[in-house]
Amino acid sequence: MDMTYAGAEAKVARRKRSAIARYAAPYLFISPWILGFLFFTLGPLVFSLTMSFYDWPVVGERTFVGLDNYRSMLFDDPQFWESLWITVKFAAIYVPFNIIMSFLLALMLHNITFASGFFRTAFYLPSVISGVALVTIWSWIYSKEYGLLNFMLSLVGIDGPNWLGDPNLAIVAIIIASLWGLGGTMLILLTGLKAIPKELYEAATVSGVPGWAQMLFITLPMLGPMLLFTFITSIISAFQQLTIALLLTKGGPLGSTYFFAMYIYDNAFKYFDMGYAAAGSWVMFIIVLALSLGVMRWSAAWVYYEGEVRQNDGEGHA
Amino acid sequence: MRKTLLYSALILLSALFIAPFYWTFMTAIKNTADLYQFPPVFWPSEWHWENFAAAWNKQPFGTYLTNSVIVVVFSTIGQLISSSLVAYGFARFRFPGRDPLFIVLLATMMIPWDVKMIPLYMEFNMLGWINTLKPLIVPAYFADAFFVFLLRQYIMTVPMEIDEAARMDGANAFDIYWRIHLPLMMPALVLVGTFHFMNAWNDYLGPLIFLNDQSKYTLTLGLSMFKGLHEVDVTSIAAITVILCLPPLALFFIAQRYIMDGAVGSSVKG
Repeated sequence: MDMTYAGAEAKVARRKRSAIARYAAPYLFISPWILGFLFFTLGPLVFSLTMSFYDWPVVGERTFVGLDNYRSMLFDDPQFWESLWITVKFAAIYVPFNIIMSFLLALMLHNITFASGFFRTAFYLPSVISGVALVTIWSWIYSKEYGLLNFMLSLVGIDGPNWLGDPNLAIVAIIIASLWGLGGTMLILLTGLKAIPKELYEAATVSGVPGWAQMLFITLPMLGPMLLFTFITSIISAFQQLTIALLLTKGGPLGSTYFFAMYIYDNAFKYFDMGYAAAGSWVMFIIVLALSLGVMRWSAAWVYYEGEVRQNDGEGHA
Repeated sequence: MRKTLLYSALILLSALFIAPFYWTFMTAIKNTADLYQFPPVFWPSEWHWENFAAAWNKQPFGTYLTNSVIVVVFSTIGQLISSSLVAYGFARFRFPGRDPLFIVLLATMMIPWDVKMIPLYMEFNMLGWINTLKPLIVPAYFADAFFVFLLRQYIMTVPMEIDEAARMDGANAFDIYWRIHLPLMMPALVLVGTFHFMNAWNDYLGPLIFLNDQSKYTLTLGLSMFKGLHEVDVTSIAAITVILCLPPLALFFIAQRYIMDGAVGSSVKG
């Protein structure tokens, strides 16, 4: 009698344990990300927001200063506005060029079959290498006397300028070097083009829709989600621009390539004013967030989601 | 006719993307006399392969290489394990909070690194990790949002019936992950591994901020030091640049099929 009772109890206990295990299992699987999110994302975000309200040197007393960091940044620090303006200028040129050129290249690659693999690879190649290597390569392309670029210009009779020494040209030089890495964007758009059903074009051609209209009413709307994605990632990377400027021009000449990210970097790791730097990074975060949300809202007018009908495609079981 | 035009344009444009590589290689291998010629020398008069060894010995690049390899190997292992586990969790279970958590995961991709840079430095400083390789390795064991997204999309293309059949045979959730999904995910894992390898190998800002001693430097940091140390030593800089580019280029050619097959793009569709 007792034996049976104990057996039944063990059975119930086992079932209970397996129910808990079943309930906990998904959380166990995603726990690496949850922990990482807490320690390497949410924690740092809260931490840096806190720091931005303090006078916070790396060593020594920290004092609460309220909004003083933000106030002096906005009203007493010309470098803040200058570096922000340089970054906005850079983004305003880099982002559209990056997307338009990637789109055109993707379109060209989409229309060929022979050697398409070769060309895809060629355009993607610069994206594979380190920013440090990229900068070294470009530093002697831009060299005034021995540079490849000025040699090319001399062939068509132009006396090449001092690319990295001229305050007006240095930023152009950085934009060109950055655009050299458009391979990733191009690849995303190319995959997007390949995913558009051919029947749409066939039907349009049969109905006598001209090529430009097919582009306008089929290609661009169908590519919408991809264009939106590349738009937002380009904005983010434009605002984060640091490696190239840090190594190619060191912010010069005459501060003409002193990007916002470099301003934050210098405040943190050169002047060790962590609170002030944290305030700067939050200003950047808010700008990037506002721009991304703005683009997303604006995109509702032109992005068409094919998948919108089939929601909950991730049917799962516990 | 239209095709001819298209191909001419493509050849011209691709030259713009390849030429700098050619130029760097030639700079590394030229002798000094060829270096400062105008018009530039496109085909060196002599090939100086020994330039590579000479450049390598000008700084402790052997140490840098060891450090880079340690970072890349250990962080790639961590990234593959953690991202695939998390992706499986999001793709195959229904649990309270799943969808909001997934949206948070996607949103983290939009946070500029600069916002996290300073507190991470302080955090690692408190842990005593500054000037060690840990800040460059440990975070990889906590799953990257982009890779989780990519792998989740991949798992969701696998029919649920396969999981159910395995469960009938008595497999638990971990068995299903380990024995079924991990092997099926292989192409996507190659892609994640390749991308992570490249990020880790090419990273400059991380080592710049978290490392101080030359004995801890990675290759990218060593190369950037060259610029300050020997402003005119163009040959050595070019030689090290070539060496630094080789592993990611080689890996790219090996994994090319997976990268170009558009796993990147299809993951973006959501």
